[in-house]
Amino acid sequence: MENITLTIDGKTVTVPKGTTVLEAAEKLNIKIPRLCYHPDLPPVSACRLCVVEVEGDRLLRTACSWQCQEGMKVSTRTQTVRDSRKMALELLLSRHPMKCTECVRNNFCELQDAAEQLGLRENRFEYHERKGELDLSSAAIVRDPSKCILCRRCIQTCELVQSVSAIGLEGRGYEVWVDTPFGKGIGDVACVSCGQCIDRCPVGALYENDHTARVWAALDDPTKHVVVQTAPAVRASIGEMFGMAPGSLVTNQFVTGLRMLGFDKVFDTDFTADLTIMEEGTELLGRVKNGGTLPLLTSCSPGWINFIEHFYPDLLPHVSSCKSPQQMFGALAKTYYAEKNGIDPKDIYCVSIMPCTAKKYECGRPEMNDSGFQDVDAVLTTREAAVMMKQVGINLPDLHEEDYDDPLGISTGAAVIFGNTGGVMEAALRTVYEIVTEKTLDDVEIKDVRGLEGIKEAEIDLNGLKVKAAVSNGLANARKLLDKIAAGEAEYHFIEIMACPGGCIGGGGQPIPTSEDIRKKRAEAIYLQDRKMEIRKSHENPAVIKLYEEWLGEPNGHKAHELLHTHYDKKSIYKENAA
Amino acid sequence: MHRIHILIAMDGHTIAQGARSVKDALERELKMAALADEVRVVETGSLGIYNKGVVMVVFPDAVYYAGVKVEDVSEIISEHLIKGRKVDRLQYTDIPETETTGVPAPRFGKQVRVVLKNAGVIDPDNIDEYIAHDGYEAFGKALTEMNPDAVRSTVKESGLQGRGGAFFPTGLKWDFAAKETAEQKYIVCNADEGEPGTFKDRLILEGDPHAVIEGMALAGFAVGATKGYVYIRGEYRMSIDRMQRAIDQAKENGLLGDNLFGTDFSFDLEIREGAGAYICGEETALIESIEGKRGEPRDKPPFPPSEGLWGKPTIVNNVETLANIPQIILKGAEWYKSLGTEKSPGTKVFTMVGNINNPGLIEVPMGITLREIIYDIGQGIPNGKGFKLAQMGGTTGGILTSEHLDLPLAAENLREIGSGLGSGALLVVDEDQEIVDLVTNFVEFFNHESCGKCTLCREGTGRLLERLEKLSSGEGEIKDIDMIEELAVVMMKGAFCGLGQAAPVPILGTLKHFRPEFEKLVKQPEAVA
Repeated sequence: MENITLTIDGKTVTVPKGTTVLEAAEKLNIKIPRLCYHPDLPPVSACRLCVVEVEGDRLLRTACSWQCQEGMKVSTRTQTVRDSRKMALELLLSRHPMKCTECVRNNFCELQDAAEQLGLRENRFEYHERKGELDLSSAAIVRDPSKCILCRRCIQTCELVQSVSAIGLEGRGYEVWVDTPFGKGIGDVACVSCGQCIDRCPVGALYENDHTARVWAALDDPTKHVVVQTAPAVRASIGEMFGMAPGSLVTNQFVTGLRMLGFDKVFDTDFTADLTIMEEGTELLGRVKNGGTLPLLTSCSPGWINFIEHFYPDLLPHVSSCKSPQQMFGALAKTYYAEKNGIDPKDIYCVSIMPCTAKKYECGRPEMNDSGFQDVDAVLTTREAAVMMKQVGINLPDLHEEDYDDPLGISTGAAVIFGNTGGVMEAALRTVYEIVTEKTLDDVEIKDVRGLEGIKEAEIDLNGLKVKAAVSNGLANARKLLDKIAAGEAEYHFIEIMACPGGCIGGGGQPIPTSEDIRKKRAEAIYLQDRKMEIRKSHENPAVIKLYEEWLGEPNGHKAHELLHTHYDKKSIYKENAA
Repeated sequence: MHRIHILIAMDGHTIAQGARSVKDALERELKMAALADEVRVVETGSLGIYNKGVVMVVFPDAVYYAGVKVEDVSEIISEHLIKGRKVDRLQYTDIPETETTGVPAPRFGKQVRVVLKNAGVIDPDNIDEYIAHDGYEAFGKALTEMNPDAVRSTVKESGLQGRGGAFFPTGLKWDFAAKETAEQKYIVCNADEGEPGTFKDRLILEGDPHAVIEGMALAGFAVGATKGYVYIRGEYRMSIDRMQRAIDQAKENGLLGDNLFGTDFSFDLEIREGAGAYICGEETALIESIEGKRGEPRDKPPFPPSEGLWGKPTIVNNVETLANIPQIILKGAEWYKSLGTEKSPGTKVFTMVGNINNPGLIEVPMGITLREIIYDIGQGIPNGKGFKLAQMGGTTGGILTSEHLDLPLAAENLREIGSGLGSGALLVVDEDQEIVDLVTNFVEFFNHESCGKCTLCREGTGRLLERLEKLSSGEGEIKDIDMIEELAVVMMKGAFCGLGQAAPVPILGTLKHFRPEFEKLVKQPEAVA
């Protein structure tokens, strides 16, 4: 790789060719202010906060996009630079409502950070409200264009990371705003509810549909038996909401915190993740044996399910009929658990804590009430769960460790890795291999399906049958695989698809900020949890074995089908055109 | 064989004045007078006479009539065509001769017609007339006698600079694209003329569309592009229709398509219509628009000659630039350099608007002075008013005052005083004009046309307008003028693209020369009794 040497504020730095001035400055510990730049996305140079002077250039250059050249002399702190940045920031702030204390992003807002960094002590412009209406049309995502600073990170994320393009710019000149096609509202267009836009919004213009109030109401209601399930990925990220470093694993402190909030039972979605492996693994083997539709596509990720329903409905027969672990849990909590403990299921209030916003949509799907009630009543994102703890003065890092409740809190290492891209595949292969070959897997860690690359492939020999698997994360990568399937060019048996980059650890309900580096650290924490588990294969989960023995019968059996499986239908791009 | 030709100008101005009805009446009455076989009526582009109603010229006498109405037609036929007596009351006589075309034309005086040599002379809807005026000869010469390198060298040696406003050397731009190896390259003609007061590209397209097609084909040959797009402003209906007919005729005549002139060079053209956004005249925004995206500028680098339309090497040239090419190839670089100044060879098409007696389109050699344009060709300022300023190059153009009247107009001279020739629009402003009103008008335009991408342009134009309106309403303070200046300086250096960077030019120019006119609007403290 060719190297380039330049000076920034008189200091010499050598960087590989293609490095931007912003990145080079970081090597010198100069943090150039920025708002529209995000490490996951290509620069758009829109906010003008990162301008620098380059010797010999009449114009200021945006550090986020300007590439280093040999011998270049950059100044980041001249008066021209400072004046320009200050002006850009004043202009942005003068179109922002400045109701910080009422904002979901108070204290982790990049606009606040920029004002702090620039030491802004005045704004010479009057406030002019930005156009665009509060959009409450979605079960998952709320859009408040009045707070938007037009950085476009949400638009780029939706288009480039997810290949969904549910939002874009409207208007021009002084009145530009982000909107959905034809202004229909985010709930009424082909938004998949993944929430990746929220993760990249620098301010509070995008946030999840708040479920904390309804959860508090349930906790306050003495007639309700409130149970909570925690998704695999949350334990590896919620610490960040309390100032802990990315990658901090807080599983059992989190359990303690939830008990302190007043939940009657603290259960684990990992239990139904193990159950999913039993059901989905059986389904896969059945399809292979009986000549069913292949490749089989996983169905754990509700953003992904929305995606295929909207954009590739013809491929729906490929999707596993298994409900997601969240929904399997809800169905069991209001049947199996209720029955065993003599609780009337109408009194059970089922809460989940998810790294995900699409789960809020999923829990309200009409298909998801096989218990006779809505199986899952409320979904809190990782962020909302932390907010509830903070509201009552619970500081997670200070807490001691407690264990999950029996029986729906018992799980294996195979379940926790569901939080990472490739985890469902790895867990499934661990089980399918042992069931088919009747041999013990020497090394349960299947490295081919690990890592953050967009698409991964693996092959495993099951008594002569070479099972070919693929794994994708981020819907733009899913689209590539689906196009291959549609073209008849995908020679896979089984494909794991996760809507979000990195899988659930990079989910739309996770702590902000996110970046590849942060996702990597969360993923490491998940694998650490797997290694810490006594049992690391789903089919060895004693609580799952017991569930089948005493209540469910066989995997894919009649009762399992009734409670744990579902089907999905084609969705139109716009609501009013629904079939 | 026709004894008489009547050329009737069919452009936006004349059509609005009833040129179509006049032409219909002419044809009808010629038939009734049994003259249809002897007199041919030809539609042509602008004759260079503006604000004078329907304009026509009768050949071979070369008699110009202006302000012609339907009811005048029978008189022209009976008096002029039958009896041979000119209709004096309609005749337009301000028509000195020109040497370039040998055709008498109005107000040619100091004009030299290269780009406009066929405009108002030929029927633009008839490819044979273009061919009869040496049309497609340069293209044939290039393909059969020259190679792409030679075409590029000729253009480079000619010193031709881009006429869209930036005056970048055309040959150099072509070299950038030529040296790229790519399966596909593109030539794009920028005809999204959106600069207020500029209508030169429209009149070139309406008057001589084949010159632009030939220029594009030559550009394609020179850089190795086989596909071209003409991106025409959607409101330019007549330009679009004429260009489409010209493309169709060129295809029918084997001048566009595969294996042109029996060589292995192929070139094809399509029209794309702009939807009225000013920013789409910026080349990267134009490219985005052709790709079907929102019209917004791209970050540069990469520049279009290396990564343009659909990521492929793309040359975007202005209409006027391209219309120069055939003659440069045909007559050579030395001929072209003999026109204009040493550093800015050739001619420039200007559109004169504002407080001027004879507004309209002119083509003059580079190096002419403002005084010559305004007072000789433009015949001065109406009602004997004094000259206050001229804005050169459209709304983003620099402010020229009386001290600049004798400055030779060439890119290098204007650059030196922080201005530019820009699109060639020349707005003449007389002494009665209030400066703040004028600037407010510009800023309203920018505020409306900012694409909204970057903070400084989107918000900055809005805030400039706010402060200017405050001044006009009598509520302004000195600090508002300071803020206008500060915003302008920041935008000029820090905005994303040429729009935001150039919008401050007329603001800073008027502040520099006419600051007291801003200050006189500042709210006065109430007098103490």
